[in-house]
Amino acid sequence: MNSVERTDVLVVGTGFGGAIAAYHLAAGGAKVVMLERGPWLSSGEFEHDYKLGSSYTRIFDFVVGDGMSVLGGNCVGGGSVVYFAAMPRAPRFVFERRGSIHRRMWPAAIDRDTLEPWYDRVEESIPITKQGWDDVSYAGGLWAAACRHAGRTANPVPAAVDTSTCVNCNWMMAGCRFDAKQSLLLNYLPAALAHGAEIRPLHEVQSISRNADGDYRVHYTRVHDEDYRQTEGTGTIDAKVIVLAAGAAATPVILQRSEPALGPMPHGVGRYFSGNGERLNTAVLNEDRVREVLGLDRGDGLGYAANQIGKGPTVANWDRLDGSLPEYSRYSLEQLYFPPGLGTILALAEDGSWFGPRKKEMLERWQSWLIIFQMIEDDNEGVFGPPPARGNADRLSQQMLGVGRLTYKPTANTLGAWAMADAECKDILERDGLATVTPWTNDLVGAYTVHPLASCRIGDDPHTSALDDRHEVRGHPGIFVTDGSAVPGALTVNPAMTISALAERAIPGIVAAARERGVEVTYGAPAPDGSTSGRRGAAHLVPALMRK
Amino acid sequence: MAPQTPDDHEHRTTTLEAFADTIIPGEKRSAGDRAVAGVSRGGGAVQAGAIELLEWDATGITGGLDDFAAALNRHAAAYAAEHGIPTGDGVPPFVSLPYEDRAAMVRWLTAPGHPEKALWVSLALFCNMAYDSAAHMSTVDALAAGHPGLTSMGIAPPDADGLWRFRAWSYGRPLADVHPATTESGSPA
Repeated sequence: MNSVERTDVLVVGTGFGGAIAAYHLAAGGAKVVMLERGPWLSSGEFEHDYKLGSSYTRIFDFVVGDGMSVLGGNCVGGGSVVYFAAMPRAPRFVFERRGSIHRRMWPAAIDRDTLEPWYDRVEESIPITKQGWDDVSYAGGLWAAACRHAGRTANPVPAAVDTSTCVNCNWMMAGCRFDAKQSLLLNYLPAALAHGAEIRPLHEVQSISRNADGDYRVHYTRVHDEDYRQTEGTGTIDAKVIVLAAGAAATPVILQRSEPALGPMPHGVGRYFSGNGERLNTAVLNEDRVREVLGLDRGDGLGYAANQIGKGPTVANWDRLDGSLPEYSRYSLEQLYFPPGLGTILALAEDGSWFGPRKKEMLERWQSWLIIFQMIEDDNEGVFGPPPARGNADRLSQQMLGVGRLTYKPTANTLGAWAMADAECKDILERDGLATVTPWTNDLVGAYTVHPLASCRIGDDPHTSALDDRHEVRGHPGIFVTDGSAVPGALTVNPAMTISALAERAIPGIVAAARERGVEVTYGAPAPDGSTSGRRGAAHLVPALMRK
Repeated sequence: MAPQTPDDHEHRTTTLEAFADTIIPGEKRSAGDRAVAGVSRGGGAVQAGAIELLEWDATGITGGLDDFAAALNRHAAAYAAEHGIPTGDGVPPFVSLPYEDRAAMVRWLTAPGHPEKALWVSLALFCNMAYDSAAHMSTVDALAAGHPGLTSMGIAPPDADGLWRFRAWSYGRPLADVHPATTESGSPA
């Protein structure tokens, strides 16, 4: 068959960046096709099971690099299906960061004030709960009490979780069985489908080429639905506009692989990767001291012993999110849950060992673990090497585990910030014999992040940013990037809210580019549920974004 | 490759068991158990099913297990020679090493800069997963069967439908002052 499949807009990836773009463009009248590398599961298929091959390993990817490993979503809905749903806005100082380029990293057009209306649009589209103390898990409450005991504040974290239906099972990384987590499967994606967008799962985009008429051709491989190491044929789709949102560990790889066909890519493609400054510490609590020092009691004789119970992060310490402090000394310390499987091997026992008898003793106290998640300001040190044969990794296991091409050598700034945050965790949690605290080792799989960012970032300087401030790839008109790759650097908080706000802000420019290419599409859809106050709030910013 | 003899397979298994037991040690299964060093009470990675997991091709490392075992024994023979430790008592060299020497070898093989580090880390990862998540079997079945890792970690059992729900989850009271610069919707200012 020689017929060429065509669409107006081809969206690569179905996470925050892809779903938001697909919804608005489809609602505006464009024909939209979304290609997703992973499978398409619905809530009834999300299992509470660690067995290889369950939803936990089907929808989740762990890509090992040199000095940095990346955990991310691999399914329709992307990160929103596997994430912990923390949705804070980024603090004001973040937008003024200078980072490794020693001048403002963010485009002049964006600061907290100008992003606020776009945050509001997201908050209207994805129901976000300002959690109360009744919603806070035992782990979060313990962290709050320890912070107070150490003279610090602590905040319940806003989250895209319906706390009235949440059962605190802590299986969020396997997908939410109870539809309590407000993933994109419940808002932007069904709205995009209702407007005619198509989603094709198990389609892994490899590269983009350009046709003689100026349209783009997207080349994909079909992936086996159980063993992702196997492929089942290839195909192409032509489109006038491409929206890349494959995730910050995959989007730059697609562009790198497209370079022979499309011509040179901007310097920033595959450079300036940030792991959002992430690092974990494990505290093993002394249950007696939890009761004696903090006065905590679950009412059943237990002080804590509740590592398994909850809904990911519920409380964060934000005392260091202070714009008057120097860069690389500002960070948040967030209580987190990490499931077994990948969540124990990197934890260090008191004697510094990651395996052996002492480690086993530490595991015996697993219910008394409290995991603290640091988000510091890193130095955008990550660089992607030449792409692998397909996708963004050489897959080792049938699912989940692969070896990618990312290299990350932390600078003294990053190491210093981690050391400062480690010391503060220790200071707070070892006070009065509450716990023993050790950081996770970076010696086995390098550092690790669940929030890859900045590998194809927006900015004003063509040398240090792959995208202009409208998210268009420099030198490649009609190709846009709307995922975490576009965020210029570490945010010191969970990034989903900011990724989403930037994607919302990018839409008017994408609509304008599509119209220039003859696509009949308009901007101005309401929120997926029909609400319109967010649209009203951002309306004054739209005309400037639609002008090139 | 030459066909495997039963002895080869048995040596491979005891070698991999000795590696798994180094990662999460357990108690000897019998008085004559050589693979398990017996430096810890209760089940370790071996009893948790490490060999079953490693031999499941879903992991992606099954095809390399012969090479893993052979390489481990090569390294162990060199290590033993260097440290004057006698080997050759009918078990593979790695198995003949005392626990502390097995552990020293694992530290060396997984240290930053070791050329084979990624391979040994992946082997260790699956040994650890056999214990901490029973990745070779359904979690509900593993708990019902008294899986040593999940049991020792105190994983609470699920509801009758195999799903976890916790009826009590919160201390239910304010436990700290919130940051003074918090917005109406709960974000940092």
